[in-house]
Order: sequence, then structure tokens, then C-alpha cells
Amino acid sequence: MLLSPALVLMVLALVSPLLLLVGQSFTIETGEAHETILSLANYQTFFAKPQYLTVLSRSLIIATLVAFATVLLAYPAAYFIAFHVGQNKVKWLILITLPFWTSYLLRVFSWKLILGYNGVINSGLKWVGVIEQPLEFLLYNNSAVVLTLAHAWAAFAILPIFVSLQKIDKSLIEAAHDLGENSLATFLRVTLPLSMPGVVAALLLVFIPTVGDYVTPKLVGGPNGMMIGSLVQVAFGRLDNWPLGAAISVVSMVTVTFVVCLFLLGLDRIKKLAV
Amino acid sequence: MTERKTQTGARWLKWYTIIYLCFIYLPVLFLPLFSFNDGIYVAFPMNGLTLHWWQEMINQPGMIHALWNSFRVAVPVSIFSTILGMCAAKAFTGYRLIGEKVLTGVFILPLVIPFIILGIALLIAFNSYGIELSLLSVGIGHVLICVPFSLFVLKSRLEGADPSIEEAALDLGETPWMTFWRVTFPLALPGVIASLLLTFTISFDEFLLALFLTGNESTLPIYIWSQLRFPAKLPAVLALGSAILIATFSIVIIAEYFRRQDTNLINERVN
Repeated sequence: MLLSPALVLMVLALVSPLLLLVGQSFTIETGEAHETILSLANYQTFFAKPQYLTVLSRSLIIATLVAFATVLLAYPAAYFIAFHVGQNKVKWLILITLPFWTSYLLRVFSWKLILGYNGVINSGLKWVGVIEQPLEFLLYNNSAVVLTLAHAWAAFAILPIFVSLQKIDKSLIEAAHDLGENSLATFLRVTLPLSMPGVVAALLLVFIPTVGDYVTPKLVGGPNGMMIGSLVQVAFGRLDNWPLGAAISVVSMVTVTFVVCLFLLGLDRIKKLAV
Repeated sequence: MTERKTQTGARWLKWYTIIYLCFIYLPVLFLPLFSFNDGIYVAFPMNGLTLHWWQEMINQPGMIHALWNSFRVAVPVSIFSTILGMCAAKAFTGYRLIGEKVLTGVFILPLVIPFIILGIALLIAFNSYGIELSLLSVGIGHVLICVPFSLFVLKSRLEGADPSIEEAALDLGETPWMTFWRVTFPLALPGVIASLLLTFTISFDEFLLALFLTGNESTLPIYIWSQLRFPAKLPAVLALGSAILIATFSIVIIAEYFRRQDTNLINERVN
């Protein structure tokens, strides 16, 4: 009973649109009066053009890089807050997540200002006399996208990792020390495995929105940085070909689900081997 | 020996965290810095201080309108998603549900689908149901992504509460409705406030769904996006960004202040 309002919303506003999306991806317009017929043409278009597949694989590669970069950068900070700051944990958490309460657009945009041809870094270095010509390799490439998103999604990584580290029973770590393990071995054999749920959650929380991100590739990715979100936007905007856009979305959704399942299964396998 | 090693490790960690904090704060702090710069380019050396851009920001009717629109979306969205989240959280914590895992999966679903795909799916749905795009359609999209957050915040709060308190109220003759208002709700209040703040912020800042689902009206992120294309408008956008920054910083600090007061009060009562 109590569940029903929320459940009705989820079904009406989530499941039915997704079904309509899948439905529309199997249609083409026949010109007159927006009549549509069933067809596989959109999928044929997608798989026939190598550009589409390149964009899809680039999105997946960049999203993977972003996910690992974000988690690697955030883990030590989350570890420090969980184990080394004593009473002030909440203060540190607020301090470290405060910038993420500001506009996401402006967070991404600020990197364009920093890395740009006449941006903060170039103009600053020129001002103090380190360089004569602006460095061009800073902006409009994949590393700029990875750096920007590793910054933009930081809170998505810090919070779940912190929570899972916080839950670890400290006596397990002490026990490892007492049994003669050094700090590194304790970390690798006790702390890290026990914090894996947080790490996995963080990887997924960063990976999924990155695949569909449209803002960052557009602002800092440059002409060769197109990702799947930009393709979808173009299909729905300039091309005005909704069925094709729907097909692109369905393909990327299926791919993302497949990659995530593969990753989780692989992790499960490793866990079983380790035990 | 191990003791000293651990301490060196801790020191390195501390330095790393400080550098990481700089990495997180520096880009964001360039916004207010250059909003006072007397020139339209964001570059060193700065030309001198000016309040011109802040004045220009305040005098832009489009911006004020977009800000008002964002409030008109985010306030109802936060209230609706918190109510829906509360009902669902109560169902998840209070009863044994058939197919609990599947149901949890349904509620996580909006977060495991890239927002851009969610946006176009909703666009297609509104289109085929004949619903016109407006702030309402943006709001519906936002409620969809906010309910999961609200549910998880409230669920973790309710899980901590002792069910026997509610039972006691019922045994003492309260109606279920009054029990909810006088027992469950006050217990869940910190969670409710957290959920309201979180969902408000998500909706206020959301760009991708709004991009597809607004009609002629723009929310603040859509407005900012439209301004980013014009270099001459940039400094006023920086001023706007700084204003949002200052507002959110103050809200978070005030909220934290009240939270501490609250815990102090509880501690005093206990002692």
C-alpha cells in the first residue's frame, strides 16, 4: 500500500518511457504525416557506419579511465578521513564535498577556463615568463576530459568509499598488525578487500553518468572528443531523427549494462578465487 | 619501528589530502576571483577590480526569470520526492515485502541509466501521450531521479529507529495516522530535512533532463548553458556562479551549525 505511489510513478514515468524508447528505435518515418512502419533500418545505419562504433567505444574507454582515475585519486583522501582525523570526520567530509554543491556546468566550465589557449595556466605561465607560446596540448583532448570529470565526480567516489571504510571493524586491522603484518600488507589483505563494496559502487556511480555525458566532451573534448551523448543529442536536435536517436540510446544502454554485468561477474570470480 | 612507519604514512596521507583539496577547490575558486576582474578574458595578469559584472548579472531579466523557474521546479520536486521516498522507505523498513530485491532494483534503475537516455525516453513518452513540454515535464523527470536518493536517505534513517516505540504509541491508543505524525515523523525528521536539501540541490543543478524536457521556459542550468557560448557574457556568468557558490556554502554551513546544536542538545538531555 505505502509503496504504491512511488511504484506507480516509477512504472509510469520510467518503465513505460523506456518501452516506448525501445519501440521507437524499431520504426522509421515514411515521410507523409509522420506515419511510421516497423523496421530494423536504424540499427543497420548504426552498425554500418564505423564512426558510430568508434564513438561508442571511445565513450566506454573514456568512462573506464574516468572511473578508475576518480577512484584512485579519491581513495587516499577518503582513507585519511576515515582513519586519521579523529572527531572531525563530518567537518572534513563537508569541506571536501562542498564544491560539489555548486553548479555542475560551472565546475566543468572552469576547467575550460583553466586549460584554454588563453586560459589561466597559459596566461599565468606566460606572465611569469616560463613559456613564450601558449601550450596547446592542455585542452581539447581525452586527458582534459578525464581530468575534468575526475574533478567533477569526486564526491561520487569519496562518499561511498568513506562509508565502506568507516564500517570496517578496527579490531580486524589491529589483529593483522598484532599477527605481524606490516602496514602495506594489512592494507592490501584486510582494509582494501573490506572496502571493495564502496570502491565498486564508486566505479559504477562514475562510469554510468560519464558514458552519457554530453557537457564535458563538448566543452573540453574538442572536435575529436565526441561521445555517445553528443550523438544522441545531434539525432534529436539537428538531424531531427528520433528513431535513430532511440536506436543509438538502446545500443549504448545495452552495452553499458553488458559491461557492468561483465565487471561485476569478473569481480565475483576474483573474490571466489581469493577465498 | 612499525609505529614510526605508520606515522610517516599518516603524514604522507595528510599531505596528499591537502593537495587533493587544492585540486578540488582551485578550479571552483577561479569563478569568484575572475568575476571581479576588470576585463572579459579569464587570464592573468588581472586588470584590476570591478563590481561591474555583478551589476550586469543583477540587471539581466533572463537570469532572474531562469532562477525563479529553477525554484518553481526544485521546491515542489523536493517536497514530492521526499513524500514518495518516505512512503517507500516506510514500506521497505516496516514490512516484509515480496520480491524486495526486484523492488529495490526498480528504484535504483533511474540511477543506472545515463540521464541523457532517461531524458529522451521521457521526451518520447510525453510526445506520444500528448503532454506539452513545460516546467512540469522537467519536474516529473526530476522527481524520477530524486525519489531514489530520498528513499535511500530516509531508509537508512528509519532503519536506525526502534520499531517498539511505534508499537507502544499504537498500544497506548493512538491512531496509525497520529502515530505517524507524533512518533515516526519526528524520529525521521533529520532524514526528511537531509532528503529535502539533497533533492532540492539535485533538481536545482540538473542539466541533461532539463535540456530535453523544457519547452520555452529555461531553468538556471539551461540559461547558463546558453550564455556560455558568448565570451562577452562570460564574466556575468562567473558572477552568477560565485553567487550560487556563496549561497550554497552558507546554507551548508548553517545546516551543519544547526545539526551540531541538535546533537549538543541531545547530549545535554542524556547527561
